[in-house]
Amino acid sequence: MDNLAEIISQNETRLRSEWIRTMSSAVERADLISKAELDEQCASILQAIAEGVKAGGAGSISGAGWTTARELLSSISASRARQGFSPSDVATFVLSLKQPLFIVIRENLGREQDRLFETIWSATKLLDSLALFTTDAYIATREELIVRQQQELLELSTPVVKLWDGILALPIIGTLDSARTQVVMESLLQTVVATNSKFAIIDITGVPTVDTLVAQHLLKTITAARLMGAECIISGVRPQIAQTIVHLGINLEDVVTKAKLADAFALALQRSGRAVVRTTAGPTSALAGLLKKQED
Amino acid sequence: MERIPVLRMGSLLLITIQVDMHDKLALQLQDDVTERISEWGSTGVLIDISSLEIVDSFIGRMLANIAAMSRVLGAETVVVGMQPAVAITLVELGMSLPGVRTALSVEAGMELLYGALKTGTENERLEA
Repeated sequence: MDNLAEIISQNETRLRSEWIRTMSSAVERADLISKAELDEQCASILQAIAEGVKAGGAGSISGAGWTTARELLSSISASRARQGFSPSDVATFVLSLKQPLFIVIRENLGREQDRLFETIWSATKLLDSLALFTTDAYIATREELIVRQQQELLELSTPVVKLWDGILALPIIGTLDSARTQVVMESLLQTVVATNSKFAIIDITGVPTVDTLVAQHLLKTITAARLMGAECIISGVRPQIAQTIVHLGINLEDVVTKAKLADAFALALQRSGRAVVRTTAGPTSALAGLLKKQED
Repeated sequence: MERIPVLRMGSLLLITIQVDMHDKLALQLQDDVTERISEWGSTGVLIDISSLEIVDSFIGRMLANIAAMSRVLGAETVVVGMQPAVAITLVELGMSLPGVRTALSVEAGMELLYGALKTGTENERLEA
């Protein structure tokens, strides 16, 4: 085992240059990372590996002696996950150290076959586990990213907006599943209470498909709002969705549905005893007036 | 014994539930409401549940029952001020209270009841 550590620290400079050469022939990502940065990373990892082999042995990388190497690798793979490297790029980063390392080991122990084999075996085991560790760290970072994006999406996609005094609109974007319906329902009902709104327009223009489950979720929300004394109107029903609803036999007869948000808003205004009136003459009537003047 | 007060306001009954409902209280209220409607000849019942934070299926059914009984006795029922959590619970329990009218506030409920009474009397007048 000591051999491996010795070999690595003795040949560090050569290993590093060979490593970078092998790596760049396998994956060329000069667009994502600069040569100087790569050189620096390689140097610090080689140092950490040499230290790890010396302190913790090459058998397992979970020991305390490998802490530096592990931290270094996980921070590098995390930054690469964010930079847009593919998983195989990240794994190849460590695995491409194999060839230069084996060459160096052979040069050092070429005459002693047994020791040569033993050292190569422990080196390959070590590099494999380091590569696996790197991939794991890469995937963990990706997972974190996905979870965070999901949460952000959930928060972003359920705004309740006030259109008028007593009229709310809830534009739903994306598929409605149980978790989202819960969020949508709660935020709608809270806002109904807070703004004392009699009408709520649920706009489903951004909902890609409406199946029986989505319809059930919608009906639940509407029933809850009705129990509180607010009336719901569904708007943004696309022709395709109207067809699907009828084909699936979903009963939306107790619910007012409109094709456009504007139609639903007009209905809500009308039901609350309001009307929108034009205060200035429109362009056509203005033109007519002008023509009349000229005739005179 | 603890009781939920039933107040008379002209031709309406006003009930404000301000304590946690338990089954006995609910049954007592059911008795009181039907009793008062027939005694005073009320034509509308307004139940304010804005302070009610916990419901179960029994309380939900009691609300539906009171509405149905009042209708039999010739009075409209409006439930007002239901909390979001209560509404969600009732929907999850599968109780949509189909025969019950609802309103956001006592004020809106009153308006609804007076509106219903007015059209009712107009219809009667037209029929007469």
